[in-house]
Amino acid sequence: MADKDRADDARKKGGRDQPSAEEAALSARLRDLGERLGRHHPDRPSDSEPRPTADPSAIARGFRLSAELVAGVLVGAGIGLLLDRWLGTSPLGMIVFLLLGFAAGVLNVMRVAGVVQPNRLDPPDKRQ
Amino acid sequence: MDPIHQFQIKNLLTFGHIGGQEIAFTNSALFMLIALAVIAALTIGATASRALVPGRMQSVVEMSYEFVADTLRSTAGSEGMKFFPLVFSLFMFILVVNMIGLIPYTFTVTSHIIITASLALLVFLTVIVYGFAKHGLHFFKLFVPSGVPIYILPLVTFIEVLSFLSRPISHSVRLFANMLAGHITLKVFGGFVVMLGGLGFLGSLGAILPLGMTVALTALELLVAFLQAYVFAILTCIYINDAIHPGH
Repeated sequence: MADKDRADDARKKGGRDQPSAEEAALSARLRDLGERLGRHHPDRPSDSEPRPTADPSAIARGFRLSAELVAGVLVGAGIGLLLDRWLGTSPLGMIVFLLLGFAAGVLNVMRVAGVVQPNRLDPPDKRQ
Repeated sequence: MDPIHQFQIKNLLTFGHIGGQEIAFTNSALFMLIALAVIAALTIGATASRALVPGRMQSVVEMSYEFVADTLRSTAGSEGMKFFPLVFSLFMFILVVNMIGLIPYTFTVTSHIIITASLALLVFLTVIVYGFAKHGLHFFKLFVPSGVPIYILPLVTFIEVLSFLSRPISHSVRLFANMLAGHITLKVFGGFVVMLGGLGFLGSLGAILPLGMTVALTALELLVAFLQAYVFAILTCIYINDAIHPGH
């Protein structure tokens, strides 16, 4: 009975057309949980939770993808070239750093695509 | 019909020489000042009346404020709002400069990599300085992912550092390359129209095709001009988020 009340409540609050009562109940429970969590951490309001890759626009993400790989390879090539010039290790530095730069570029692309979680300063198990 | 000609830097006013380097007021500087004047007129002038029910111009300003503020808040959290002036300035500057560059006979400031690189380095150094100021040496943990076996950790850390160093490059090259390529393409198709138009009746008939292309490309460039400003702003937000949020 309580579930049904919540579902009705959610439908009234939600405003938008909800497909089914089940989903409405679920979203109401989620919002309830979010509010309780927000009370638990008053310094962290539930609706302004920082999201690592918040991309409302898919075109913007496409533009980002295109440059990331190139940038990684460029940085690797640049560092390799400089090291070779300073230490006279040509072509070892170029080979090693070009490959590392390529790896960094692939990592960049995977981060933008959301395949790999972005790095954070604290390990994930410490998160609340 | 030289498509690169439009990007030439011209000295409008020479102030003098410092160490053999000419210090001059260029057309690039002129268009930056024009952009500044447009932004100032828009933000100060349009909000001067402080109407409760905003007029047309005032709602444009309020919308851009809301847009940037929402982007920043959703990416970096409410704590990121202390960087709002930086992000808003970058967004408005790049947007207005891109839009002015679309008007014929104007100069596109962002089509020079030195401009976009200095903007990207500004963001990059802000992130580093703020990160170290807030977290100290703890900031280095950004490069050390957790849960990685110890024998592979040095390699992964090195790749993370390279990935971090590639940020200002991708940040600047994206904006610069998009503006440069877009303007060259527009110029080339515009050149086709003129060349075909000079070839008599059939040529004029054929010139309709590149003309249609130019119209379509102008619309696309309008979208790109906005999107590049948006991408630059949202990447700034994401990088700032890295610097301020240790617990997420």
